[in-house]
Amino acid sequence: MTPVLEARNLKRDYHIPGGLFKPAKTVHAVKGVSFNVEEGKTLAIVGESGCGKSTVARMVTMIDPITEGEMLIDGRKVDIASEPLTSEMRSKVQIVFQNPYGSLNPRKKIGDILTEPLVINTKIPAGERRDRAMAILKKVGLEEKHYGRYPHMFSGGQRQRVAIARALMLNPRLLVLDEPVSALDLSVQAQVLNLLADLQDEFHLTYVFISHDLSVVRHIADDVMVMYFGEAVEYGSRDQVFEDPQHAYTKTLFAATPRVDVDAIRARIERRKRAA
Amino acid sequence: MPLLEVKNLTVEFQTASGPFRAVDGVSLKVDEGEVLAIVGESGSGKSVSMLAAMGLLPWTAKVTADVLTFNGRDMQAMSDSDRRKIIGKDIAMIFQEPIASLNPCFTVGFQIEEVLRVHTDLGRKARRDRAIELFQSVGIPTPEERLGHFPHQMSGGQCQRVMIATALACNPKLLIADEPTTALDVTIQKQILDLLMKLQAEYGMGLIIITHDMGVVAETADRVIVQYKGRQIESADVLSLFENPKSVYTKALLSALPENAVGGRLPTITEKLTDAEIFAGALR
Repeated sequence: MTPVLEARNLKRDYHIPGGLFKPAKTVHAVKGVSFNVEEGKTLAIVGESGCGKSTVARMVTMIDPITEGEMLIDGRKVDIASEPLTSEMRSKVQIVFQNPYGSLNPRKKIGDILTEPLVINTKIPAGERRDRAMAILKKVGLEEKHYGRYPHMFSGGQRQRVAIARALMLNPRLLVLDEPVSALDLSVQAQVLNLLADLQDEFHLTYVFISHDLSVVRHIADDVMVMYFGEAVEYGSRDQVFEDPQHAYTKTLFAATPRVDVDAIRARIERRKRAA
Repeated sequence: MPLLEVKNLTVEFQTASGPFRAVDGVSLKVDEGEVLAIVGESGSGKSVSMLAAMGLLPWTAKVTADVLTFNGRDMQAMSDSDRRKIIGKDIAMIFQEPIASLNPCFTVGFQIEEVLRVHTDLGRKARRDRAIELFQSVGIPTPEERLGHFPHQMSGGQCQRVMIATALACNPKLLIADEPTTALDVTIQKQILDLLMKLQAEYGMGLIIITHDMGVVAETADRVIVQYKGRQIESADVLSLFENPKSVYTKALLSALPENAVGGRLPTITEKLTDAEIFAGALR
């Protein structure tokens, strides 16, 4: 079976033009990463800010062209630098952004936000567009009455549901989720994670899940890739990475993650008493 | 005598559809050298109650409290100028967005020295020395050079260190940290939390950490207050809260942690809980 997404030695450089007193500079944001994602699976990309994980997301979503390397989506080679992007390819990969307060246009109604991808990429008539939007709204746990409302009338969790609904409008194969729950409260985060799991089962979606929260990654991922300064320092199945991390950075990352079990708290209180 | 004592604090905002009660009957005490965590989801009134205690809310807010004392002094009866002498000096606050809470137009050195200029009678040279010393204590490398930098030249973690240094400038008795690590990476979060705990022990300060992250609570707090929609649901020491939560809401919150998930789905009990059920065990 061909994987839905296959990346071989992906690289991405950003050129920063020089000014009068400043020489031009090239930033190597991603320095050659390779990964595969099978249908219906979730790959989680973990790393600190500036490590290039969002650049990978932009390349996979075909927003940014690839500098070097190869990317295959559904077995087909994609290179937006040399050939224009077809609407067929566009509808295969969709993205959900981190901040649902910034990713929805405040001047558009939910219905218009949801139908816009269809207007741009397909020739589906208005009536059917509306029906599809209604169906998707219900799928993500919202109601038909929400169709005519504006984004400011929704809570953060509901907005993220709208953003997910928009991403699903084109029946994508692959969904890139760029920190989809890090702006949400704990109980809302649980609801959105459950929704994502349900949608994955129903539509056989493939996820590339970007996050810096290891507890969320451990919950949702099948495979995990840890990035550090543009390189993949660790890549393997979830259990492999979590049970037996190889790279020093991965170990630092695990050590830095707050622990909420009672034993850890008891140990901390003991330490504090002894120090006092 | 507790450092900060608040009894039955209520904050109301005037809105077009009548008054909105953001904080409803909150009571708390913090002693010297104690770490109190206030946990709640957004809209639970955890930040507003602390801002109200410090008198930092705009005039549209109506603040009432039976008791509101800091170090034995009544904060409500105090004149504005007296209160300003305490705030920033004896009570200091760190905010969530480190980059947004520093002034982009001035160097960080100017901003930290400004606190010393207002609250102490140190001379120019002494202020600069103190600023360097503070930068060293919060772990900023090459402090002399860093003092001349603007906020945009520093990373989020470095800016948060500047904020902490500024807050500590006058050796406060009470430090209020409002979501101090929410905008930061886990590795940086760990560094900042360790730093806060180290400085707290060193200076013997009272520390209030406002957060929505149960991980931060588990790593720092002595005592915890859980808030929901402006009311206090539970108040307990950290171990008994995690070991044996009393209220349904706290239980639901803890079970929603991805670490505690059993199988593929996370329990989302808070969805099914009504306000009445949550408030049934509320503290009043």
